[in-house]
Amino acid sequence: MKTATFKVWRGNSDGGDFQSYEVELDHGYVVLDAIHQIQAEQANDMAVRWNCKAGKCGSCSAEVNGQPRLMCMTRCDDLDLDKPVTVEPMRTFPVIKDLVTDVSWNYEVKASIAKFAPKPSDQDDGTWYMEQYDVERPQEFRKCIECFLCQDVCHVLRDHHMHDEFAGPRHFVYTANMEMNPIDVGDRVVSLRDELGLGYCNITKCCTKVCPEGIAITDNAIIPLKERVVDRSYDPIAALISMVKGG
Amino acid sequence: MADHKVVEHDVLVIGAGGAGLRAAIEAASAGVSVGLICKSLLGKAHTVMAEGGVAAALANADERDSWKVHFADTMRGGQYLNNWRMAELHAKEAPDRVRELEGWGALMDRTPDGKMNQRNFGGHAYPRLAHVGDRTGLEMIRTLQDHSIHQDIDVHMEVTVHKLFKDGDRVAGAFAYDRGTGEFMVFKAKAVVMATGGIGRAFLVTSNSWEYTGDGHALAYHAGAELVDMEFIQFHPTGMVWPPSVRGILVTEGVRGEGGILKNSEGKRFMFDDIPPLYQGSTADTPEEGWRYVIGDRDARRPPELLTRDHVARKITKEVKEGRGSPHGGAFLDIAWIKEHIKDSEAHIKKKLPSMYHQFKELAGIDITKEPMEVGPTTHYVMGGIKVDGDTQMATTVPGLFAAGECAGGLHGANRLGGNSLSDLLVFGKRAGEYAAKFAQENPSFTVSDDQIAVAEAEAIAPLSRDPGADVGPYRLQAELQKLMQDKAGIAREEEGLKEAHEELLQLKARAEVMGSGGSRDYNPGWHTALDLHNLMTVAEAVVVAAEARQESRGAHSRIDHLEKKKEWGTFNHVIKKGSGGEMEIRREPIPEIRQELKDIIEEQG
Ligand SMILES: Cc1cc2nc3c(=O)[nH]c(=O)nc-3n(C[C@H](O)[C@H](O)[C@H](O)COP(=O)(O)OP(=O)(O)OC[C@H]3O[C@@H](n4cnc5c(N)ncnc54)[C@H](O)[C@@H]3O)c2cc1C
Ligand code: SF4
Ligand code: SF4
Ligand code: FES
Repeated sequence: MKTATFKVWRGNSDGGDFQSYEVELDHGYVVLDAIHQIQAEQANDMAVRWNCKAGKCGSCSAEVNGQPRLMCMTRCDDLDLDKPVTVEPMRTFPVIKDLVTDVSWNYEVKASIAKFAPKPSDQDDGTWYMEQYDVERPQEFRKCIECFLCQDVCHVLRDHHMHDEFAGPRHFVYTANMEMNPIDVGDRVVSLRDELGLGYCNITKCCTKVCPEGIAITDNAIIPLKERVVDRSYDPIAALISMVKGG
Repeated sequence: MADHKVVEHDVLVIGAGGAGLRAAIEAASAGVSVGLICKSLLGKAHTVMAEGGVAAALANADERDSWKVHFADTMRGGQYLNNWRMAELHAKEAPDRVRELEGWGALMDRTPDGKMNQRNFGGHAYPRLAHVGDRTGLEMIRTLQDHSIHQDIDVHMEVTVHKLFKDGDRVAGAFAYDRGTGEFMVFKAKAVVMATGGIGRAFLVTSNSWEYTGDGHALAYHAGAELVDMEFIQFHPTGMVWPPSVRGILVTEGVRGEGGILKNSEGKRFMFDDIPPLYQGSTADTPEEGWRYVIGDRDARRPPELLTRDHVARKITKEVKEGRGSPHGGAFLDIAWIKEHIKDSEAHIKKKLPSMYHQFKELAGIDITKEPMEVGPTTHYVMGGIKVDGDTQMATTVPGLFAAGECAGGLHGANRLGGNSLSDLLVFGKRAGEYAAKFAQENPSFTVSDDQIAVAEAEAIAPLSRDPGADVGPYRLQAELQKLMQDKAGIAREEEGLKEAHEELLQLKARAEVMGSGGSRDYNPGWHTALDLHNLMTVAEAVVVAAEARQESRGAHSRIDHLEKKKEWGTFNHVIKKGSGGEMEIRREPIPEIRQELKDIIEEQG
């Protein structure tokens, strides 16, 4: 069994620092296993979130050696263990304690986005006719596990702190999921421009790179949404039609 | 009295998985004020991890399906100990509950004719599980979550309920603490819905998360509710076994539904041996027939890998015991072999089972499109739970207390069929929400005494004020409990082991009286673990007591000293209740006579 050093950020909203822990690594250990071992044996009160331990719930987001990662899906063998491994909380959100951050802002933003609005059902049993082909695109967005790693890495939030004006990549994925749902008739295009701050995204694609679900956030969600905004803003006829329809 | 915050709701829902969310949505739509509490962040409950699908007789993939067939399958799977009224309502209402999700934004995989697709699962006669690849639970919880945030529901995230309040017999609210700040919270409520999920953390090897400490079961029990069928714990046959860090993580039954086969170290498909009598007529004779079933040949019968979970888990255990296991003590689960039948099998597997592909690739370094997986039983689900009225979901002995989802008992009897939990959450979550709202409207006045609050506060603060002595630290005690349950009350039980388990549990309980976590009040997992451990000990004791009492093997409960199923033991459920002196009491409760119409259905379906 190998031993490795983990430097874990300990502290709260008043500040904190890295503390070193030695961990015995068993076969296949992921970073979350190391954190759990520290918690059980050396620091009972170390705060960390987790649930599924299999990359399905999006609870265990943190920055491992400076990279936004799910701790449960980061194998220790894939890290350079000759150096201490640093583990710290997501930096874009206020820290509560140790590795746990206050992500409540994300929940507020989501609630502010106009809800799913289906057209009347077209089947006898109250459902809708949709083929696999019709649902494939939004299904990609529905893979999102709300780990908020994309939010963590996006410079508009991380460096420019534009939380009041910019909803962030997660919420563009969420909005795209409804906009591209074949039965949704809601219209979120104006709010994407005016309230959700889609225009601040300059397509750096950092969000796509960190998404553990492999969602092509920029290419498949953000760019098509930007196109819709542009079409609407630059096409007075389309805008007129949408007004007449009561859009 | 220490400081606490007071919050008032008409209906308080404890738990924000599928059952709690569905209950909250229903209660809110009845116009009462609703509070929803969960230990984790919203959207992270167990429901998010469900993979295979949600069972409902939509008859989209096979028009021969109907609620009657689903009902009969559920009863057969539960070895007829089920609350038949719940099984009836479940089978009848699941289709509407699943369809309704589409109008809330869910996008299930489709059939070629534009409907929700359905897949095969163990014990279901027809392809019945609506699904999205192998991430159905995520689809379901996100749909409910995203719908609920536009209802009038107050969500209290990362808050743990520690105790229920009562006013006389009726429920009156709950005492809780905020995990982040450690602040105490007093919830006053006219009705309470328990939707806290399961108890898997009572065992060492489990597919369940830290949340599954049986809180709802224990809280309800201490508040005077009855627990039913606690001997029945489902050991899912296919958990990961290697490497050690992932031991217990689930491998969805969907793998077998898509054609995955089980083999031992000699390369033999051992599931073809020992087909149980109840299933002999409906199981394939040859691998060739089994494959035809998988690809939808209606004249073919199910491959034996799709027998019920209790049976498959026992068969794997037997192979390992008799020396024919895989290198790390499991069996081989092979989906790669379908390349013999399917041209582009690699792409097909990745499309049908994307998260399994990912999970094995990332965590075990195995490419499931090319190599077999190593799998073995893992503690997965508790059939037993709070005893409720089948129609209203109200606890049998505590007015105003309702339960739905995994923490409620009855629907699944001695063994749950895969996919029947997600549908359970929807059907009975809705019912619990509806009747809780009604109860709140009809029974508005109650009080919460200061004494109860003071007692709860003193209990909750105690571990924090004590040091985690080497012997009584919460993690240490939890690990000991898990080991003893795994070894002595697990998949193969016998009287002696259960007796020992019982005694050791009582000793553990005594040590836990002085358990200390130390540390501060803010986000202190040591403290939280200490408080949860009391619940875990209560449910562990209930499991052991019920397992000792049932001297036969039935469904998920296997006694190596009583291998056979006994007819006379199929006529009652075990019911556990707290006695007047605080001791755990168990009794046999006869199963009420089943309605003739339902009896006929069971006979017709064979
Ligand atoms: C890996 C995995 C795969 C599965 N796959 C399937 C499948 O394919 N099909 C199927 O039908 N079933 C499946 N199951 C089973 C099914 O997912 C669960 O039984 C079901 O999701 C339980 O839902 P629930 O609403 O009862 O509880 P959960 O979703 O577990 O929610 C429980 C809630 O209660 C809260 N809670 C608990 N205690 C407290 C407390 N003290 N105070 C406050 N809140 C509390 C938790 O925080 C959580 O919000 C699977 C289970 C697992 C683990
Ligand atoms: S592409 Fe846009 S949303 Fe994504 S990280 Fe860059 S700026 Fe942020
Ligand atoms: S889009 Fe990807 S990175 Fe962003 S929250 Fe969802 S899963 Fe996480
Ligand atoms: S614990 Fe669920 S994603 Fe890591």
